[in-house]
Parts: sequence; C-alpha cells; structure tokens
Amino acid sequence: MVVSATVGPPASTDQIWHWLGEVSDPEIPVISVTDLGIIRAVEWQGDECVITITPTYSGCPAMDVIAEEITKVLHSHGINLPSIVYQLSPAWSTDWMTEAGKRKLSGYGIAPPQQQVVDISSIQRYREVQPAIACPQCGSVDTQLVSQFGSTACKALYKCRACLEPFDYFKPH
Amino acid sequence: MSEDMLNHKFDYVLRLADNVMVLSQRLSQWCGKGPALEEDMALTNVALDLIGQARLWYSYAAELEGKGRTEDDLAFLRDAHDFHNFLLLEQPNGTYADTLMRQFLFDTWHYQYLQALKQSTDQQIAAIAEKSLKEVTYHLRRSSDLVVRLGDGTELSRKMMQTALEELWPFTGEMFIDDEIDVAMQAAGISPLSSALKVAWDTHLADVMHAATLRLPDANSWMQKGGKQGVHTEHMGYLLAEMQFLQRAYPGAQW
Repeated sequence: MVVSATVGPPASTDQIWHWLGEVSDPEIPVISVTDLGIIRAVEWQGDECVITITPTYSGCPAMDVIAEEITKVLHSHGINLPSIVYQLSPAWSTDWMTEAGKRKLSGYGIAPPQQQVVDISSIQRYREVQPAIACPQCGSVDTQLVSQFGSTACKALYKCRACLEPFDYFKPH
Repeated sequence: MSEDMLNHKFDYVLRLADNVMVLSQRLSQWCGKGPALEEDMALTNVALDLIGQARLWYSYAAELEGKGRTEDDLAFLRDAHDFHNFLLLEQPNGTYADTLMRQFLFDTWHYQYLQALKQSTDQQIAAIAEKSLKEVTYHLRRSSDLVVRLGDGTELSRKMMQTALEELWPFTGEMFIDDEIDVAMQAAGISPLSSALKVAWDTHLADVMHAATLRLPDANSWMQKGGKQGVHTEHMGYLLAEMQFLQRAYPGAQW
C-alpha cells in the first residue's frame, strides 16, 4: 500500500459538483449552474481546482456574477485556489439543461426549452412554423409568440390566449 | 507564423470585432426609445449579444497582438481610421425602417459569414464563430420576419421599408470585396473570401424581399467602399465621440 506523503485535495470532484449544484443563476434563482449545463469540467491540477464553464450567451451579464459566486462558494468550503476557465466550443446548448432544471423553470413560470438538437439551418427561415409552447400557468398550448427577445438574452416573450397571461419562454439554443 | 501573417490576422480579427462593436453601439442608442416595448427589448438584446461577441473578438485580437493592450483599449482608444467596420453599420439609426433594414442586410451577411468561419483552421476563430452563430440565427430570424411584415404591411410601412432599402443599398457592396487581408486569410484556411458569400446573401435577400413585396435595387449600381480600410463616412467620428467619451475624458476609469 502506498501512502502519499502529501495532503490530498481538500475535496473530491464529486463533492465539488455537489457544491456547484447550490450556486444559483442570478437571473433565474430557482435553477443552479449545474441545472443550466454550463459546468463542463471540474478537475484538480495540483493545488488548483479548475472549473471549466461554457458561457450561455456572449453578452450575458450573469456570467461574471456566476464566476464570482462559484469562487465564493469554493472559498467557503476551504478551496483556496479555484480558477475559472471559459470554454467556447462546443457552444452551450439548452439541450444540456437537466430535466430537473426544466421542471424548476416551469414551476417558476418560465416555459422550459423544448428538447431538441439545435439544428441551426432549420431555424433561419422566417417562415418556419413555431412549435407549440405550453403556458406554464395554465398548461394550454394556445399560446402566441410576442417577441423573439424577452427580459433576458435567453428568453422569448409569449402570451397565453387561454388564460391571457404573458410568460417567458427559455429559447432553445 | 510570419510577422506579416500575424499582422494580417490581427487586422482581420479587429474587423470582425469592429463590425459588431459599431452596430452594437448604434442599436444601444435605441434603448428606451423603441417604437414598442417589445421592439425596444429586442434591439437592446441584439446589442447585448453583439457587444458580447465584440468582447470575444477584441480579446483574441489583443492576445494575437501581444503588446499588452486589452479589449477595452482596442474598443475605446483607437480613432476612426483604425476602425475597419463596414460603412453600413455606422449609418445613423434614422427611422425604425432604416434601423431594421440595416439590421437585416447585416444579419444576412453575418449569418452566412459565421457559417463559413466555423470551418476556420484557427480554433479560436472557429469557436467564437460557432458561439456567435447561435445568437445571430435569432437575429436573422427576427429581422427577416419583420422585413416581411412591414414590407408587406401598410402602404406607409411598405414605402418606408423600400426607401430604407434604396438608401442603404450602396453600402452593401463592400461586404463582398476581397482585399489583401481577405486573400491572405483565405489562403491560410482561416476565413472564406468575402466574395464567396455573395451568392448565399443574394439568395436569402431575394427570398425575403419577394415575400416582403419589396423591389431589389439594381445589383450593378454604384457602391460605396472604404470601411474595411478605415476610410469612413462622416458619421463615424460622432459615433466614436459618444462611445469613447468616458475613456478619453477620464483615462483608465473603471467600474
């Protein structure tokens, strides 16, 4: 049996994944960064804990806050040298969002993105028919797109024709 | 990489950055003034995507240059002749029809160009293109849709869209002119030739204009050029004066 003379990492990567599951999206506090699917990797490189994240939208102001929050949470668990690495490719997709994350979105009043491999060529056409999006309030699919762009970069604005409530739709991306 | 090649690549990435930076600045001027709340939000969302993309391009340009300049230095501390964006993008916002038509003409180019750029042999360029393309797909879908709705709309909206198209048309030519940098980048597998995008651009444009009942201007009419070489229209200085004021007045100021 080999006994290492050096002290091992202060936490396993599994444990760190678990902690990251408690870091919320600042704009949508019901879902965590792991629900969003933006954490690509957690690894120890010597004494340094490297967290690789994929930005959602290029200009999303929440990304800076998320990086700060991750650093803060890891510090609070005694990890002194966290470092955040941004990875652009493969580009983040809503397909990476967890099922639990989607349920939480729905419960929060935001229609979750429809599961799809985002085929860019199929959504460029202006005449493409929009898929039916269920209203997160009443469940009706008699809904209407008001604007491709909503209260944040990741959402579109919809209106329900059954209950007449407006709602956000997390765009497939 | 030879020094010439590195300089060309730096200039090339700056062009990509300047295009999205300048259009983002123009769009942000609509903030709080959009013709409807949804349109105001859409314009500022697009501006936000574009500034995010500009940051990625400027950061990469700064890294290629390797002289210690940052993304902010490149955006805020260069003068008009050092900006190499298309003339189309610095044109004033005008009416909402003008803004929308400018957006549509650029989105169509941007979408096609990023599609090609995803194949770049430069991994960082390909990654930024892949990321940007997802956002630009939504931009193009929205601007195509609105051009159709307003073109094939009321008599007044149709007239305004037609006028906007004719006034912006002379600024579309330079998007497809190859220069020394384009040729060098294409030879290195880094980018497509600008001229190679023309057919796909024409096709989408003709399709949307037909649905919008708008008349395409003469393809052989006289075209403006110079933006890619830093020779700008009279509007550019004013745009930069506003955009760069803070850094010029209070050098080094930070949030």
